[in-house]
Amino acid sequence: MELQAVLMAAGGGSRMTDLTYNTPKAMLPVGNKPLMWYPLNLLERVGFEEVIVITTREVHKMMSSDSKIKLDVKMKLDVVCIQEDGDMGTADALRHIQERIKTDILVVSCDLITDVALHEVVDLFRAYNATLAMLMSKAHEFTETVPGQKGKKKTAEQRDFVGVDQSGKRLLFMANEADLEDGLSIRKSIVRKHPRMHIKTGLVDAHLYCLKKAVVDFLVDNKSISSIRGELVPYLVRKQFSKTTNSQKIKDDAEDQNQKKNDGPTNHELLISSRDEPLLQLAQERSCWNDHRGDMSEAYHGGKLRCYVHIMDEGPCYRVNTICREANFSKCYRYGIGVRLDTDGSDIGYYYYHYYYYYYYYYYYYNYSSLRRRFINYRDE
Amino acid sequence: MADSGETEGPGNKDVIERAKNDGRELTKEEKQRLRKEKKQQKKGKEKKDDKASQDGEKREKKPVSSASPAPQPATQPPTQKAPPAVPALVPVPASETPPPGDKPAKSKAELKAERRARQEAERASKQGKKGDVGGQQVAAGKPKAPPSELQPVVKRLPEYMQADNPEVLKKLAKKLERQQIPLRSDYGYKVSLFSHLHQYSRKAPLTQQLSIPSTVIHPAIVRLGLQYSQGIVAGSNARSVALLHAFKQVIRDYTTPPNEELSRDLVNKLKPYISFLNQCRPLSASMGNAIKYIKKEISNIPSQCKEEEAKSKLLTCIECYINEKIILAAKAIAKSSIEKISDGDVILVYGCSSLVNHILCEAFEKNRKFRVIVVDSRPRLEGREALRRLVQRGISCTYVLISAVSYILPEVSKVFLGAHALLANGYVMSRVGTSQIALVAKAFNVPVLVCCETYKFCERVQTDSFVSNELDDPDDLIVTRKGKTQLEHWQDVRLLGLLNLVYDVTPPDFVDLVITDLGMIPCTSVPVVLRVKNVDQ
Repeated sequence: MELQAVLMAAGGGSRMTDLTYNTPKAMLPVGNKPLMWYPLNLLERVGFEEVIVITTREVHKMMSSDSKIKLDVKMKLDVVCIQEDGDMGTADALRHIQERIKTDILVVSCDLITDVALHEVVDLFRAYNATLAMLMSKAHEFTETVPGQKGKKKTAEQRDFVGVDQSGKRLLFMANEADLEDGLSIRKSIVRKHPRMHIKTGLVDAHLYCLKKAVVDFLVDNKSISSIRGELVPYLVRKQFSKTTNSQKIKDDAEDQNQKKNDGPTNHELLISSRDEPLLQLAQERSCWNDHRGDMSEAYHGGKLRCYVHIMDEGPCYRVNTICREANFSKCYRYGIGVRLDTDGSDIGYYYYHYYYYYYYYYYYYNYSSLRRRFINYRDE
Repeated sequence: MADSGETEGPGNKDVIERAKNDGRELTKEEKQRLRKEKKQQKKGKEKKDDKASQDGEKREKKPVSSASPAPQPATQPPTQKAPPAVPALVPVPASETPPPGDKPAKSKAELKAERRARQEAERASKQGKKGDVGGQQVAAGKPKAPPSELQPVVKRLPEYMQADNPEVLKKLAKKLERQQIPLRSDYGYKVSLFSHLHQYSRKAPLTQQLSIPSTVIHPAIVRLGLQYSQGIVAGSNARSVALLHAFKQVIRDYTTPPNEELSRDLVNKLKPYISFLNQCRPLSASMGNAIKYIKKEISNIPSQCKEEEAKSKLLTCIECYINEKIILAAKAIAKSSIEKISDGDVILVYGCSSLVNHILCEAFEKNRKFRVIVVDSRPRLEGREALRRLVQRGISCTYVLISAVSYILPEVSKVFLGAHALLANGYVMSRVGTSQIALVAKAFNVPVLVCCETYKFCERVQTDSFVSNELDDPDDLIVTRKGKTQLEHWQDVRLLGLLNLVYDVTPPDFVDLVITDLGMIPCTSVPVVLRVKNVDQ
């Protein structure tokens, strides 16, 4: 088997508590389907037959009673329930299901709504033998203001700085503005290897990751990493360019170096070589291909750990994780096309209508028509 | 003639009757003959009047090739000497069209044609029943039967060379559907001389149409196909090594289904993978030879061998093959070539050939003093990679583009070229531009040495670069300078075609020596090597 899909549906929706205090985030209705349905549909369309769903008991109960998921999703859902207290990060969840993972994994978050051609991400993973391949998209400006919150969106602190190389595929640098104190500092070794770097700030991380199995094994040994997006991904991106002496970011490294035998100069537990490593090396040596030019190094600068990113230019890619987003999203459907959904008989829709009638006054439809056009296929199903 | 035909016919019958009387079983040949006779009699009754006129015209057009594929006219006396039993449903070669305005003069021409056809029929049947097999192979309907009246076995053109023939394309589509592999569609306008070859776009990889956790095709093969089509694994040796590596993984993950034998089932499992790789990028000659070797090894596994044993045996075979044919061969070739490199030499190389780079690095380590001129050409610009590898070792290099080759050649003392394949008639198939370099070198009387391992020798015969080649993505030719891309909308210009050839053939007159792991041979000895190899195997 090539890839196993893992859907993270246990998120609490910390930024949309108004909506989630009654319904868990994964089951919030968007359009006329629960939020979880969208990533599941994406995986099913692409050809997955099984998905491991990590979720809470409540969601699990709602899933089994929900008609949309039961009927529309033909894949086999292997549901793993975890505690609801919210202490478990995404990486902790991966550690929890470690025995079920037999090959490389594709981690998807339940709040992702997109119709990306998944093969673009997976092809990066396959062709370059990458350790991590992720999906990002150019952010679409939502000019909706959510009533009840301050007018300006608090984007300044939450900007992500993403550095990619000239081809736009290799991920060189990733940091969140909150982690940077004085300014953006980039290591000289990175600049020496990739003199032309494009740093982008207007990207939305879709939280869709292709990870090698070795990474999951690494997580098992390094219990201090608890979030994929927050800790694991920046760690991997940094590790691409580190030498043995420079791996002090995670304390467990030192222990691991003593435990496992030295396979190579860089972080070994992430570089579990395949059985025919010398053959692969030979093929690479004999091949007249290089991923960069202008300096004396071989392909990939001899680095074994590589992270790639696919940046979507056009096409919908939304993460429904704040009220603002959710409001833009579902309101258009629920209230704009409103009356129809109410007559669906869906209780939740009606509930929200009630809840929000107070804010309805502030609401205005911007971008409603363009959003509607893009999601017309979801709605009609 | 009809008479002689009829006289021989009864003779034939006698033999068979005698055999029956003797009580011994009819041999295979005799049975076939019997069957044919019956068919001919039936055919004679059906097609007596209908096809007479049509066939007459057609016979005019192609008197020679009526040997096997063309259906015999019904006016033919029901001779037992009719050519091997080709069913009447064989589609007449598509290229035949009745000559315009020939209708009135038909009768005389028709008679002549009939007589000619009868003569050929006899000749063909005299060749014996070996033609049967050839004819039946062709019965599937390959249109371009070359004129070969004396040769009943008609050569088939391989599918990858008939991209403009809709029948062949349909058959290919059906075959791929059966193997559950998506069909890759051609891209862009193809230059008419090369319209019989496939042209794909790199932006439309085959993985678009596959399901993502690929179940039909082993993931290692999907990965390999992707790397081929993106150009990440390029170069004859690299492709073969990567292919064998992927096959090793396939063999490791293989389990024999309950009622099958490993030797037969594994070969059948490999067939769709090979079609898939062919769709991603046409197979190279070295890959073809490697695949033949593996298939032979697999089918030679005795049936009582246990699965684990068989698998480990195959894995060691693959490793041996790589070791012998690629690694050790490179060492042997390097050893012989170093004798040819003297101090003070100026060596010209073209593109990035892994073998030539290896030779030069070895020679440099043996302290030969020489310098290298690397010639490069668009759009691949592989010379840059060769340049990097040589300079990294400390060899002093000069870099020119191919347009400057005649300017730089007076300085050159030797030319070392790598090869993609060596054809049976001594021609060298290599990266496009190689024949140009060989030609100019010949004009300047500079010796040209081709380095090639024996596993790249193939039995194909080609004298030009048109018949069989590979068309790369035409968008590679588009270049952006100062922000302007002139050819950006080349598809909108109706009569503009972009041609990105990959290979060309160099005649043996321009090549002075071929350095192989069997020694240094002249170009014309390639068929001898092939024969020796076949005898060995």
